[in-house]
Amino acid sequence: MNNIYFDNASTTAVRKEVFDEIKPYLLDFYGNASNIYDLAKKSQEAIKKARKQIADAICAKSDEIYFTAGGSESDNWAIKGVADALADKGKHIITTKIEHHAVLNTCKFLEKHGYDVTYIDVDEYGIVSIEDLKKAIRQDTILISVMFANNEIGTIEPIEEIGKIAHEKGIYFHTDAVQAVGHLKIDVYKMNIDMLSISGHKLGAPKGVGALYIKNGINISNLIHGGGQEKGKRAGTENVASIVGLGKAVELANAEIEESTDYITKMRDKIIENIMSNIKYCRLNGHPTKRLPGNVNISFEFIEGEGMLLLLNSKGICATSGSACTSGSLDPSHVLLAIGLPHENAHGSLRITLSKYNTMEEVDYFIKEICGIVSRLRDMSPLYEQFLERQK
Amino acid sequence: MEYSAKVMEHFMNPKNVGQIENASGIGTVGNAKCGDIMKVYLNIDNNDVINDAKFKTFGCGAAIATSSMATELVKGKTIQEAIKITNKAVMEALDGLPPVKVHCSCLAEEAIHAALWDYCKKNDKVIEGLKEPVKDIHEIE
Repeated sequence: MNNIYFDNASTTAVRKEVFDEIKPYLLDFYGNASNIYDLAKKSQEAIKKARKQIADAICAKSDEIYFTAGGSESDNWAIKGVADALADKGKHIITTKIEHHAVLNTCKFLEKHGYDVTYIDVDEYGIVSIEDLKKAIRQDTILISVMFANNEIGTIEPIEEIGKIAHEKGIYFHTDAVQAVGHLKIDVYKMNIDMLSISGHKLGAPKGVGALYIKNGINISNLIHGGGQEKGKRAGTENVASIVGLGKAVELANAEIEESTDYITKMRDKIIENIMSNIKYCRLNGHPTKRLPGNVNISFEFIEGEGMLLLLNSKGICATSGSACTSGSLDPSHVLLAIGLPHENAHGSLRITLSKYNTMEEVDYFIKEICGIVSRLRDMSPLYEQFLERQK
Repeated sequence: MEYSAKVMEHFMNPKNVGQIENASGIGTVGNAKCGDIMKVYLNIDNNDVINDAKFKTFGCGAAIATSSMATELVKGKTIQEAIKITNKAVMEALDGLPPVKVHCSCLAEEAIHAALWDYCKKNDKVIEGLKEPVKDIHEIE
């Protein structure tokens, strides 16, 4: 069996169609878009086209799309940029406990600089509590940042509703949509979104490129200072080839959403149904239906995630876990803890994230292997031994 | 983070997995909250020689590999010799561990010590240098 790539929420390969589009901008059309000659115009035109492709995919206007070096920069810019621009109005920000670290650690940084951040709870499925959100809003709240869909457990948040609440109170609303763009339909106006973060490498574009949608009229300071690129809002010579790739990848993914969702959801549900019915003592993390089409996240009791990953790897399967051993810290995933999992169950979690390039054959092979791997590790586990003794 | 070939070998094909019925000494260390629990069973004969060692471990690849290696190292040793097998010896025998996994080798040493302590307590023996193991969370809370 070849490599089975079940880690598409971490990153993806550059799509063939995207690579073909990018290649001339690396080899032939390398001009700096800031210049006046024809070669530079090639770059300008390519960037303009990519901007429109992205704007169209999220129902925005072209001049509301700004290119960045990735999702983390987009999140940093949205949050720090608004915090700086609106510091006179207020210094309170609301976010959630399950955000990506690009949002959480940016908020923690701001806390050190005199800002106040409320991290609101989520329910057992990872859905933000609208009541808690409303209660958290203060006179000095300047920004609400809630992710579109969670990268670990796949839960899709009630974005439109959150945006509506933010706008009723005159508060800016940012969403980290790194996991959602190209997978879910997005309409930034209908959904009341003021800023939205996009990453390229999650959907078949290269790493190191992303975008931030900033609605016209939003008051935001620069994060990267320097030249006048991106209408003076984001300095740095444009990464033309990658920007071309991002535009193409977003356009393709968006055009394929319905077809891909059908296909990927079938694989996802087959994995979930098979594991839940064939393996005892496990729990599906995240919402059963309000979840990303390609996300499976299951905790297996009595075992630890890293062992599962190593054994899966020995079978050629790439997957991830929320265990501490894989995070490099002593604590397991903050997302799994936020949905109420005890530490030991969070350690035993497995995340599978599918793409349209996966197949049912791969799914069947995985289902066959995972059962053996879980029982092998449970046979080694003193927790399982103790559990069985107590059952007697 | 990368494991040595030796660590992978002991993770993929661990030695001494299992339980010993009526073991001479049993030691459990670590806690589920932190993601590592090791339980070591020792069989010790009348001459204080460890003639069998088994383990059960909840934990990462390094936790399983260090359990496997530590139980291998103590087999055939007297209890006096076994107490001198340090986490460093376990690590060296595995051709090293990534820095974030060094604590797994400490846990393996502690698990052996805890099993020896249990044996000594049951048999009214004393091993010089052996301290009472730190009580940790053994239970599924």
